[in-house]
Amino acid sequence: MANHAPEHPAHTGEIAKPNTAWIWKTFWVITAITALEFAIAFVMPSSTLRNSIFIILTICKAFFIVAEFMHLKHETKGLIWTILVPMSLLIWLLVALITEGNAIHKNIF
Amino acid sequence: MSTISTTQVISDSALDKPRTGTWDGGNEPFNASYGKLMMWFFLLSDAFTFAAFLTTYGLIRHRHLAYEGTAEAFKFSSNYWPIPEKVFNSFPGLHGIDLPLAFVALMTMILIFSSVTMVLAVEAGHRFDKKDVQKWLLWTILFGTIFVSCQAWEWSHFIGGTDEGTLMNDGTRFFGANLTVNQYGPVLFADLFFFITGFHGTHVFSGICLLIYCFIATTNGTFEKRGHYEMVEKIGLYWHFVDLVWVFVFTFFYLV
Repeated sequence: MANHAPEHPAHTGEIAKPNTAWIWKTFWVITAITALEFAIAFVMPSSTLRNSIFIILTICKAFFIVAEFMHLKHETKGLIWTILVPMSLLIWLLVALITEGNAIHKNIF
Repeated sequence: MSTISTTQVISDSALDKPRTGTWDGGNEPFNASYGKLMMWFFLLSDAFTFAAFLTTYGLIRHRHLAYEGTAEAFKFSSNYWPIPEKVFNSFPGLHGIDLPLAFVALMTMILIFSSVTMVLAVEAGHRFDKKDVQKWLLWTILFGTIFVSCQAWEWSHFIGGTDEGTLMNDGTRFFGANLTVNQYGPVLFADLFFFITGFHGTHVFSGICLLIYCFIATTNGTFEKRGHYEMVEKIGLYWHFVDLVWVFVFTFFYLV
C-alpha cells in the first residue's frame, strides 16, 4: 500500500507554464555530438584513436540522455550508484572479450 | 472457511491506511516510488543483455581479419570484416547513389527527437496538462513508428542486396543476406546485424505499444483521477533507454 507516488491534491484546473528550455538545450547538445561523430567518420581514417574518440563521444551522449532525460542526475546518490556500479562491470566484460577475440584471431591467422 | 475468518484479526480500516513506519514498508528507498525503482532495475538488466550483444560483436569482429585499404577500393568479401560505410550506403528513393551512413544518421536523429517529445510529455504530466501530454505522446508514437518503418526498409534492403551481388566460391552470385549466407562479408556479420538491430527494433515496438496504452489512459482521464502521471514517467524511462541503446548501436555497429 505504501510507496505510491506522493498524492497531489486534486488538480485545480490552473495549468502551469511549460518549462522546457533545459530539454531543448540537452537536445541540441546531443545533436551536436552526433553531427561531430558523423563528421569524424568521414574526415578521419579508421584507427584506434578514431574509435576511442567515438567511444568517448558516445559516453558523453549517454551521460546527457541518462542524467537529463532519464532524470538520474536529480535522483538520490544511492540510486545513482546502484545503476552506475553494475554498469562498470561491463567495462571488464568488454576488455576481457575483446582480448579473447584477438587471441582467437592470432590462433587462426 | 473458518481459517479465513480467524486470520482477519486486523480490522479492515487498519489495512486500508497507508503504512508509514520504516520497517513495515512505509518508507521509499532512494526516495523513488516502487514502480520507478523497478523500472530502473529492469533497465539495468536489459542493459546487460544489450551489452552482451555488443560485446559479442566486438569479440567476433576482432576474431576476423580487418579490411586494410581505402574505402574507395573496398569490395565485399567473406575474407575480412566489411566496413559499415560501404554496407549501409543506400537511401530510400535514391537508388544507386553512394550515401554512406546517411540513412542511419537520419534514423538516429528521429529516435533522439522522439526522446525529446517524450520528455516534453513527462514535463506536461507534471503540470497536469492533459492536452499537452496527449500531444507529445502522439508525436512520440509517430516518431517511434517512423523509426521502426525505417528499420524495416533497412532490413529489406539488407536482405535483398545490391544490384551486383557478390561472386561466391561456388561460382554463383549471391544477393543480400540471410542467417547462413550473405554478400557483405563473414556469415556472422549478417547474423549480428539481424540480432542486434532486431532486438532493438523489438524494444522500440514494445515501447510504441506502451505509449499507445499511455495515450488511451491519458485520454480516458485515468492518470488525472489517479492524481499523478507517473505511468508516463515510467514508460518515458523505458523509451529513453531504447534511445540510449541505439546511441551505442550506432557507434559500435555503424561508426567504429
